[in-house]
Amino acid sequence: MRDKQIFYHIREGFRSIFTHGLMSFAAVCMTVACLLIMGSFSLIAVNANQMLKDLEDDNQFLAYVDDSLTREQGQALEAKIKAVPNVASVTFVTKEEAWDSFTAEQDNQAVFSDEDADILRDRYEIHVEDIQLMEQTVKQVADISGIANVRAAMEIADGFVMLRNVATALAIILVVMLVIISISIVANTIKLATFTRREEIAIMKMCGATNWFVRWPFLVEGMILGLAGGVIAYLCQWGVYGLVVQAVNRSGILNIIDIVPFAQMSQLVLLVFLLVGIAIGAGGSVMAIRKFLKV
Amino acid sequence: MIRLRDVHKEYQNGTKALKGVSLQIDDGDFVFLVGPSGSGKSTIIKLITAEIEPTRGKLMVNGYNLNDISEQQVPLMRRTIGVVFQDFRLIEKKTVYENIEVAMRAVGATTGEIRRRVPYVLGLVGLSAKENQLPSQLSGGEQQRVAIARAFANNPSVIIADEPTGNLDPARSLEIMGLLERINDMGTTILVVTHERELVNRFGKRVVAIESGRIISDAAGGYYGNER
Repeated sequence: MRDKQIFYHIREGFRSIFTHGLMSFAAVCMTVACLLIMGSFSLIAVNANQMLKDLEDDNQFLAYVDDSLTREQGQALEAKIKAVPNVASVTFVTKEEAWDSFTAEQDNQAVFSDEDADILRDRYEIHVEDIQLMEQTVKQVADISGIANVRAAMEIADGFVMLRNVATALAIILVVMLVIISISIVANTIKLATFTRREEIAIMKMCGATNWFVRWPFLVEGMILGLAGGVIAYLCQWGVYGLVVQAVNRSGILNIIDIVPFAQMSQLVLLVFLLVGIAIGAGGSVMAIRKFLKV
Repeated sequence: MIRLRDVHKEYQNGTKALKGVSLQIDDGDFVFLVGPSGSGKSTIIKLITAEIEPTRGKLMVNGYNLNDISEQQVPLMRRTIGVVFQDFRLIEKKTVYENIEVAMRAVGATTGEIRRRVPYVLGLVGLSAKENQLPSQLSGGEQQRVAIARAFANNPSVIIADEPTGNLDPARSLEIMGLLERINDMGTTILVVTHERELVNRFGKRVVAIESGRIISDAAGGYYGNER
């Protein structure tokens, strides 16, 4: 394609947006609506994922030091535990600290007045990097000489893993479905817009235009409309997200939810919206005029 | 040159539109293709412009064998033909100038070529002063002249006019035919599909008559007789 032809196609694409203003408006609105639905769902999924991750991070297991070891010998085990793969952090807790912490949590402390810290053992609080490898890590720590016992809530860890996997799979399926539905809706809107221009396409084809000569202005038009839809959807998403965050913070009921700030994701959201908007616009245009090219 | 040899066309619904048509139109010819509705005139035009394929028979247009033409070659073949339609088929939202520009852009003409050629063809059809007007601001006759200018813009070997005067009054029809005659004088082959007897007889050109999918007469300086 000659350079001048590119400018012609771009000019025609831009002009067409304004000469078919109502249809352009409809296509942008559809793109915005589709991106907003898709974006909102994705942001909910991101937050849900983050919440699960936070809960996972709180998940830890305990490794008890053998009573036969001195405190110094027990503390010396820290290096060995840290050397185990997948161990993120290790905190040594003396039996006295553990006792104080335990009794402080009890309502009726008098019950424990006859006991002391000697009924407990020194222990390590161990956080893992990947909860999916928890079972393996627990076993490796248990095998360290000087560790008397380990206590891990494996069923909770397994529950988190399953929940995350199900949530991720659901999110992927729903986003893919929404993308397909969006492209189809936008393609139909553009097809409606193109229907009034089928005569124009037929004339160009009878003049000897190639299919690509006909496609380019529509492609440019679709991409511009998609881009505009992406920008508008981004701004709307920003506003909607802000309102939701405000509402959640005000409600107080949902204090346990730590919502991911929009600023943290804004660049990625903008990039995805622009790319998906352009893809929807361009894909929709090409799909829409395909039928009319058969002249 | 256009050459049809024993061309048959049967549509999917079983209609036999052409039954062994043979026809040769040499470069520089001016031919009227006449016949009643449903006789097969439009089918011949569609075959020549590669909108449809023949069921049987050989078809050559300006050096392209349409029996064996690839999808990529169809636009190249069409660039050797200019088509004028009864309903003008101008792009409503483009000016007169832009309507002709589209046809030239489609064949890859540069902006410089377009700036030189469009005023020339508009001058030829007598519409220089109307280049910035929209089709809706023109009369029927003027719109058809724009369509002729568009068909001639790429300097094709052949111009096919399908009922070009069907929507015009007798005076405007004469103007249009006069215009096509002038273009023919410049060396372009003209094929006019019509059923207007007076017009055909007035110009005294070659007349090919078709009826029920068969050519029933082909005569130079021909005469389109009374309806039977």
